[in-house]
Order: sequence, then structure tokens, then C-alpha cells
Amino acid sequence: MATKGIVKGIVSNLVTVEADGPVLQNEICYIHTGGDRLMAEVIKVIGKNAFVQVYESTRGLKVGAETEFAGHMLEVTLGPGLLSKNYDGLQNDLDKMEGTFLKRGDYTFPLDEKKVWDFKPLAQKGDTVKAGSWIGEVDENLQPHKIMVPFVLEGTYTIKKIAEAGQYTIYDKIATITDGSGKDIELDMVQKWPVRKAITVYKDKPRPFKLLETGVRVIDTANPIVEGGTGFIPGAFGTGKTVLQHAISKQAEADIVIMAACGERANEVVEIFAEFPHLEDPHTGRKLMERTIIVANTSNMPVAAREASVYTAMTIGEYYRSMGLKVLLMADSTSRWAQALREMSNRLEELPGPDAFPMDLSAIISNFYGRAGYVILDNDQTGSITFIGTVSPAGGNLKEPVTENTQKVARCFYALEQDRADKKRYPAVNPIDSYSKYLEYPEFSEYIRERISSDWIGKVNELKTRMQRGKEIAEQINILGDDGVPVSYHITYWKSELIDFVILQQDAFDKIDSITSIERQKYMLELIMRICHADFEFSSFTDVMDHFKKMINVCKQMNYSEFKSDEFDAFEKELHALVNEKAV
Amino acid sequence: MAKAFQKIYTQISQITKATCMLKATGVGYDELATVDGVLAQVVKINGDEVTLQVFQGTEGIRTNAEVVFLGKSPTLKVGSQLAGRFFNAFGDPIDGGAVPEGEEREIGGPSVNPVRRKQPSELIATGMAGIDLNNTLVTGQKIPFFADPDQPFNQVMATVALRAETDKIILGGMGLANDDYLYFKNVFSNAGSLDRIISFVNTTEDPPVERLLIPDMALTAAEYFAVDKNEKVLVLLTDMSSYADALAIVSNRMDQIPSKDSMPGSLYSDLAKIYEKAVQFPDGGSITIIAVTTLSGGDITHSVPDNTGYITEGQLFLRRDSDIGKVIVDPFRSLSRLKQLVIGKKTREDHPQVMNAAVRLYSDAANAKTKLENGFDLSNYDERTLAFAKDYSNNLLAIDVNINTTEMLDEAWTLFAKHFKPEEVNIKKELVDKYWKSN
Repeated sequence: MATKGIVKGIVSNLVTVEADGPVLQNEICYIHTGGDRLMAEVIKVIGKNAFVQVYESTRGLKVGAETEFAGHMLEVTLGPGLLSKNYDGLQNDLDKMEGTFLKRGDYTFPLDEKKVWDFKPLAQKGDTVKAGSWIGEVDENLQPHKIMVPFVLEGTYTIKKIAEAGQYTIYDKIATITDGSGKDIELDMVQKWPVRKAITVYKDKPRPFKLLETGVRVIDTANPIVEGGTGFIPGAFGTGKTVLQHAISKQAEADIVIMAACGERANEVVEIFAEFPHLEDPHTGRKLMERTIIVANTSNMPVAAREASVYTAMTIGEYYRSMGLKVLLMADSTSRWAQALREMSNRLEELPGPDAFPMDLSAIISNFYGRAGYVILDNDQTGSITFIGTVSPAGGNLKEPVTENTQKVARCFYALEQDRADKKRYPAVNPIDSYSKYLEYPEFSEYIRERISSDWIGKVNELKTRMQRGKEIAEQINILGDDGVPVSYHITYWKSELIDFVILQQDAFDKIDSITSIERQKYMLELIMRICHADFEFSSFTDVMDHFKKMINVCKQMNYSEFKSDEFDAFEKELHALVNEKAV
Repeated sequence: MAKAFQKIYTQISQITKATCMLKATGVGYDELATVDGVLAQVVKINGDEVTLQVFQGTEGIRTNAEVVFLGKSPTLKVGSQLAGRFFNAFGDPIDGGAVPEGEEREIGGPSVNPVRRKQPSELIATGMAGIDLNNTLVTGQKIPFFADPDQPFNQVMATVALRAETDKIILGGMGLANDDYLYFKNVFSNAGSLDRIISFVNTTEDPPVERLLIPDMALTAAEYFAVDKNEKVLVLLTDMSSYADALAIVSNRMDQIPSKDSMPGSLYSDLAKIYEKAVQFPDGGSITIIAVTTLSGGDITHSVPDNTGYITEGQLFLRRDSDIGKVIVDPFRSLSRLKQLVIGKKTREDHPQVMNAAVRLYSDAANAKTKLENGFDLSNYDERTLAFAKDYSNNLLAIDVNINTTEMLDEAWTLFAKHFKPEEVNIKKELVDKYWKSN
């Protein structure tokens, strides 16, 4: 019999429930109040008392309220029809919820129960299968959505019956499988999985090495991320995290994009809702929304659901990865998620760790990032989850716990800098502090050698060295004055400015400049590097500046022009003329 | 106060500076109560022990005080009669007028389903270029002034309110100095727009805990006009730092473990609940929130401005510019996140590039200034940026500017041409060709 309970105490969204039977840590329960059913999760148990965090407002809740325990942890429902959906952190389909305001206790089923799918079997009678095996396929927005043996099943099974190709709903039985003892299990297209546990139905998880193109130059050229890689974007508010994140999610070459807005500004979430349906996927020409899933928890939606939202998003990502797809997961922002953890820990009166975050914050963060990755499935197909989280460090201080703990686990670091943002140098990714560990991977070098060019990584490293040298000279000029350093220093400095303005800065709001193909990035990097290698002669430092400003201006016009168009070529000619004017 | 047959409790077991505790049953979380006629609210229930937060403080409360539970959360009577009136934190009139009639609604209601929101797209003009040109406001936006206490934020806010084309202006004053309250009252009456203004005011003379009700009262009224009447509502909240201080006081008095900067652990959620009420509804109604967060010594790393910054869609900084002797809207640290939705779309095409170019040149001037201060010679370019910066501050950034956006853009091009060559401004060629003011 299911465990029941009675509410004993209430402090905001932390409720104490006295249970009459066994309780599972992280079990879901429903509290009945005034006709509403409030969903909650067990976060601590002491004796008969379960401490539950309620995913909704507890206004009006009274001691004595009846509670039923669900017998399982927080789960997501997985099946065809997840794409293009707008969910909240608990996987409620927001579009199905009626009314302008969210109603307490209103939960909606995340999939469409009536929709008919075009099913194609992939397995045959007699095949041996196990959790995660692909037994069939449906077409979901032109993506092959694999129907898999439920992840919860252990051991191997034999297919006893499989449906013929045809039209089925998610609840139609499409297969019967038999276990070793001869027990039959009937399968439909839906399965459930607890969000806090990773889905690990793969054979191997090697180091990732394939470049994931984002069209953002400061990432692809200077600090590349790979399929199945991890990265994070810390930055004080106003440094352009959201714009950068949106650019990546719009442009990245992924099969599936999942955006987890945890505790984000509602108007930013609306921006995604409003824009994505109209935007074209630059890689397929289809609508972006067709490959996108949004898990949206605005900052005023209850704190506990905010905490759950990143797990919901990650689990959906793992589901698609198990189908052999390239998933990009963006979480904005993991600081708000950490803050939700802090809020609950504070309510539980736990002894606080650094900056009042829970002591196990580092373990929670590393465990979460660990769920991303590039995997080889049992059928030797590959799939990946590339995870990029944004972090909002208090006051832009990168020494705070969320940033520090994230830096330990994420392989790419895109440090947004206030100073660059103030100067409108966007994206405000600091060229010296930021890094991509993948540049050091031999697997990655090999891949780049084959796909781009043999000296690409050398050029990227040179770019970084030049940026650093430029910064050092700028500091020297600040101390010694323009006249205090030789003219050659000014030339070196302005070469770094050229790289900055032309390669690293990018106008996210310009149709052409906002997305740069790898081919174009290669062309521009080589062009700029040739200029950097040229020797120039100038009579004074002001001449250096004047001349480089002209070159930068022409290069920017190139960036605004269609690649290799007449306009582009004309600007390039103008640039060469400018270079030749002063080169020796 | 008590209705017939209502249960009255007279056994208070514990009294702290802001709370009292008693044994009671059938009490709902967040429910209101009166303690000897004084309003209080349930903040904790543990078995049959109920903790009440007494809004005006517990001074003089007897252990045998009469406690009556009202069976409801704080409410506001909403209706058209609210217009032109002044109320306290409980929604009671403080202007001597009659209690308005209207439908009683719980304050602090649920959030808007994000898929039912509309993307904000209507510009709010203020006439100040520091705002309209560089940090354009949009209906449905939430934005605070981050200001030191001595800055004229209340004056700027009042000016914005009066110039903005809105149907209603709702003022939420928390810990407002009485003089400031009278200032708002004066400015609004003199402008002849008192009938579209509703004020909920808690002055420094009122108990601090009562401040916690002000934003919810103001926003419940705002939701009434925006949702039921499809009106454009502008909500002014001043000052959110004193709201946060009240939160800290309550959490401290309840013996909660303090989080960063002695603020409660729930500060982010508490602030978000208020700011996220800013919304553009599909039917045309909207709630725009302009707030004030006072800083201590300009420190934006403090929990209150820090959390605020992550919730709001930008922030506006005021700064006294010693070169021109006027207060300006600082172009560096100020930001309107929603401006992209309107600039170059609702305003002239050159707006985004002109705005960026001007700020970039202004930042070059800041570098030149550092050089100057370090005793270095300035280049001709440095000299020109400094001259530009002065004109830019005077003619555009200063808060006494009152022109329309097209005039602002024209002025910026005039200044570019006065001080620079076209290739120095880094603007798309087609725009330079079209708008450059050749002398």
C-alpha cells in the first residue's frame, strides 16, 4: 500500500510530513490543500518525519493536510513529441496550461497522447535486446526518433513480437519482449526515468574530439568546443551572457538543442519563445524550433522547480543522445540553480559552506557536468551531449564558489569581462583568460589537421600570444606613455587590436556577421595573420594608430559583407592597398 | 475585530522583537491575524505552534493579547476608485478620503505562464538621451536605478513617470523619507496627472516590516489595471534596498541562518517575485517596473544590487560628471537589455550603431583622461575624444536633456562630424554615407 502522510510543519516551501510507512529519499509526494494537489520532493528524513520541498506556493496550507507518496523519484516522461515543446522544470507542457497565470497544482502531460506517429521497426523477432536498444523509429520533425527498450530494464531480452511499419500513438503496443525466465513485457513508445540519475546505456565514453561549430569566432577559432564537450560562460550581469548563449544555441551545428532557463528573466525566456519559431536553422534551412526543447523556469517560479529544471533538461538530453544524436544543452544560469540549492540548504538549517552555499556544492556541480559527453552506443553509433552552462558570479568576482567549482570540471572557459563590455567589445570574452582544454588534446589536433589545416592550431596559439603581448604593451604604455615605448611596440599593439576587432569581436545583431562558417573563419584568420607577419614602417605612433584604424574599419566592413561577394572582394582590395602602403 | 464565533487565543508563549508564538490549530500558512488589533502574518507553523510576524513590531504586546486569525492572506480591494489615491502598506487610505469600493484580491498572486507573455516591443520615451538613446526602455521591462543615496534618483524617476505615455503610474514607496513622499505628491499634482497616479507609501516613520507589503500591494493594483482594463501601467518602486533590509530584519528576528551580507537565503526569490510581475500581456496591457536600489559606496557586489541585477533587465547608473557639472546617465555601466527589441526597429535604422560608436568613443576619452592624469602627452586623437566626451555629456547624457530620439541621433552624428573622421567611428559604410553630416 502506498505511504501516506500528514503535514506537521510549514516554513515557506519546506514542509514537514509525518509518514505512515516507508519513504524514499527524493520521493515525490502530493499534498492536498483546498482542492489543489501540490507536488513536493523529499529532501531529508528524520524518523517518521519527511522534509519535503514543495514545488509550488504553500499559501494557505494547514497542519493536518493529507499527503500521498508517489513511490518514485521525480521522473521525466520520454517519448516522441518532446521536440518543439515548452516545458517548465517539472516537464509540464506550458502551452497546455490554460489562463494567463500559472495555476497552483495544475500539472499537464508532457506528450501528445492522440498524435499518430509513422513507426518503422528496426529490430526483428528473435533479436536479443537490452536497455537502450533501438527497436523502432518514428519521424519526429524530420529527425529519426528511436524507440528504445526502456532504460530501467536490466539484463537481456528477446523480441517476441514487433509491430509492423504503420501509424501508432505513443500508447499503442509496438513490441513484446521476453526475459530469460520467459516473462513477457509489452512495450509502447513511452518510458519514464528519474531525473537525478544519469542514463548510461552506452558502451564507452571516450574523450571527445570533434569540433562543434558554433559560428561564433571567439569560440570556434580561439577557444573551440567539441561535440560532447563542456564549457561555461561566467560573467557579471550586463556582459552579454544571454546574447552569447542565444547565438550559440541558434547557430551550433547540433541535431537537438535543449535550453534550460533556470531562474531566468521571463522576458528573456519570451525572447526564445518569440524568436525561435521564426528563425531558420542555418544548417538545414528548417525552423529552429523544430529541433529545440525549452525547459523554462522563470525566476519567480518556485525555487524547488528551478532546482529540478537542469536535471529535467539533462535527462531529456541523455535520452536523445542514446538515439545517436548530437545534443547541445545550454543552462542559463547554473548560478541561479546553485542559489536554489543554497536557499533549500538554508531552510533546512544546514551548516553553510563558502558563501553560504551547501558544503557539497562542488560534488553536485561536477556530477552534473559529468553527465555530458561523447558516447559510443552498443550498436557502435555515437551520440553526444555538449553542455554549456552560464555562471553569474556575484559582482563579476570569479573567485566565488560556483565559478571556482565549475572551472574545475568544465573544459572550456569563456570569461566575460566587464571592461570589454563597457567598451562594447562584444562578445566580451576575455581573449587571455579564456581557454579551451581541447586545443591540447592530440585527438582534437588530429581532427583539425584533417578537417581544417595542418597549421591551424599553431595559428590559434599565435593569436593568443599576440593578444597577450598586446595587453602587456598596453600596460607598459599606461605606465611609460606613448612616447616611452618604441614605435615598433605600437605596431605590435595595433596588430593585436586588429585581431581583436576583426576576429574576436562579432556583431551578434548583424545578419551576416553574427554567424561565421569555419571556412570563412579560416580565411579571415589567415588573412589577419599575414598582416600580422608583415613588417610595417611608420614615422610616429600616431601614424600607426591612424593607419591601423583604417585597416580595422575596412576589415569590419568585410565582416559585414557576404563572404566572397563583390563587396567583400572590393573591401579586401582596399585592405591590401592599405597594407602595401606601409609595409616594407 | 473578531467576528461572531471566531476563536480567540489569549496565550502567547514567546515574543521576540518582530514575532510572537502561540498554540493554535487550523491555521493556514501566510494567513493574516490580529494581535490585540495589530496586524500580523503567519510565517511558520510547527505542529500546533504558530509563529506570527507582527508588522508594526511587538513593542507593548502582552502575553495575554487577543489573537484572532482572519483566515485569509493580505488583500487589496481593486477597482477604478484606486486612481488618484494614497494608501498605506495595508491598502488603507492615508489621504483622508473614503475607503474605495472594489473586489478583494489576495496580494502576491501567482506568476504569469511564460508562454502567455508577449515579447515587449513598445518603446517608452523619456526625452533623456542617456536613457532613450543608450538604454532605451520598453513596456513590460523591469529596470532599477543603482544609485548612491545622495543622487537625484527620485527626481529622475518622477520625470520619467510624467514624460512616459502610460495610463497609470503606481508608486510604491518603502521607507520613503516624508519629504520625498511630499515631493512626489507635489510633482504629480502640479503636473495635473494625479488622477492617473496611485500611491502605496510606507515612510521612514512607519514600522520597517510593513514595507514588505508595499510592492505586492502596488503590483496587485498594477495587475488589476493591466489585466482587467488592458492599461499600460508604470510601477515605481523606491527604494528596494530598504525593502531588502526589512527582509533581513524579519529573517534575523526569526533566528534564520543568514546568507551572504546578512540577507536571507531566499533574497533572490523574494526579489524575483516582485520584479517578474513586469510583463507585456497579449491584450495590450503591460506592467513596467522602474525601481531604485540604493548602493552603499557604489558597491554593486553587495547581495541586493547583485541579485537585483540578475533579475532585472538592465540597470541605470547616475553619475555626477565633474567636467560639465551635471548629473548624467553613465553610459558604461548602464544597460537596458530589452533595447534591442526596439532600437533600429521602432527608432531610426542607425540607432544601434550610433549608440555603440558614441559609447566606444566615450571610452576612448576615458583612456585619454587616464593618460592625462598620469602626466602623459595626449595625441591629437586623444584631444579630440576628450572634446567629444564633453559635448556628448552636455548635449546627450545629462539628465536635463529633453528631446526626441531622432533629434538625439542627429545630434550624435553632428558630434561625430565635429570631432572625427568617418573611418574613426567604425560604423557601417552605408549608414555613414547616408547620415554623416559633412560640414
